Amino acid sequence: MKANGNFAPAAAGLLGLILLAGLLELAIRFGLISALIIAPPSSMPAAFAKLWHDGFIVEPFLATLGQTFVATLAAALVGIPAGYLLWRRPLLTASYESWLGAAFAAPLILLYPLFLVIFGRGYTTTIFVGFLSAVIPIVLKTRDGLAAVPRVLIQVGQSFHLSRWTGFIKIIVPAAAPAMLTGIRLGLIFAVVNIIGMEFLIDFGGLGRVVSEMYFRYEIAGMYAAILLILLVSILFLTLFERIERWLRPH
Amino acid sequence: MIGKVGGLRIVTIAVVLGLWELLARSELLYEGVVPPLELIIIASFRQLTSALIYRHLATTGLEIAIGFPAGLLSGVALGVLMGARRFFGRAVMPYVETFATAPKIILLPIAMLLFGTGPESKMALGALSCFFPVVLNTAAGMRHIDPVLIRVGRSFNLTRWQMVSKIYLPALRQAIVTGMRLGLGLTVIGILLAEIKLSNRGLGYLANEYYNNFRIPDLYALLIFIFVLSIGANALISRLQSSR
Repeated sequence: MKANGNFAPAAAGLLGLILLAGLLELAIRFGLISALIIAPPSSMPAAFAKLWHDGFIVEPFLATLGQTFVATLAAALVGIPAGYLLWRRPLLTASYESWLGAAFAAPLILLYPLFLVIFGRGYTTTIFVGFLSAVIPIVLKTRDGLAAVPRVLIQVGQSFHLSRWTGFIKIIVPAAAPAMLTGIRLGLIFAVVNIIGMEFLIDFGGLGRVVSEMYFRYEIAGMYAAILLILLVSILFLTLFERIERWLRPH
Repeated sequence: MIGKVGGLRIVTIAVVLGLWELLARSELLYEGVVPPLELIIIASFRQLTSALIYRHLATTGLEIAIGFPAGLLSGVALGVLMGARRFFGRAVMPYVETFATAPKIILLPIAMLLFGTGPESKMALGALSCFFPVVLNTAAGMRHIDPVLIRVGRSFNLTRWQMVSKIYLPALRQAIVTGMRLGLGLTVIGILLAEIKLSNRGLGYLANEYYNNFRIPDLYALLIFIFVLSIGANALISRLQSSR
């Protein structure tokens, strides 16, 4: 798992985690911590099994995944051309880039009551929030990637008398592709995080909704299991997309 | 002279506001969902001149005032530890990174189980939201400290605490400030969302009330108020950052 083949820290980390879980278990068994507030780690397998049987794992997972996919796809379809446009027209970059940066730092997700009101309490709202969080990094990274293509490469193309279009396709796009991929990866991560958050907030959709529902049903073990599931999904997403990005970028 | 950039920006804003008015007065969306600008302005004026919004702002402000430093201090502490003890840092990093990417709002039920449904749970969530970017930035900053500085400290036989206060922290200033900026933004978002989800005080609660009672112009006015405050706070911190 580690590139340098040194397993010691990873093993130590895992050991530490198991140790902490054991201490937690003991603390709950001895009554130091109430089992109604923190579920004992030993109850997790049974809690997962119950979630599975009640249909709170597969369908919500697919729902969250589906929304993330649609949101990121839409963000890429809008963001990449927008980034290209910003690159082609420096005036647009000068006018809008700082706005985009500010919009990204601003709590856009707080606007969700407005989207709820406009789109209703459904997938449109969650996907729209995911779209908004994903589109800005994609636009910015695409523009930055295109702008960062080394002049040398462009000049090589010119020395071969390539047409504008061929030069774009054969030289600029491959050179900018890594940055664009990074943008899409960032967009994907922001989308999934905000979508899960939205699902939790509006009690609708996939994994986030499950956490909220378990809390309000006071099924504490199920709630912790659902939270762990979301963490697992986060790790999965992170590693998967880093792998894909590394595979697509041979250097 | 406004210049092309300023001109384009002004035109863009005017076009957006114009489209808004058109949309508001058209029959396209459900009645009241996109209110005409004058209603929003009136609501905004009413809000800013009454005590209600400031009372809730005080609650939210208090939650931020306690949650943010708590997250900041613990984040710096863990970051320094992870940087100073490399093995520990490498062992713990995957878990920190994983937690960092997960949406903190889903941890709200745990905070509420531990601290109740009042402002304390929101402070806890604020601290959690701030903690992760600060840890990651501080740990990264530790990795980039000039080794010469560390060796100088060792050559003076500094105690651990002296190493931290005289060598590490001054060298980490930039990294910590970067982490602070990110952390503050996430703290504000986390606390407001937590208030929207379950609370009876605070700006998030107020927004939820307006939403539930379909007082849409008030909702827009409140959100504008929150946005202006957060953009202002962000600008303030970046002034601080560049003046350092």
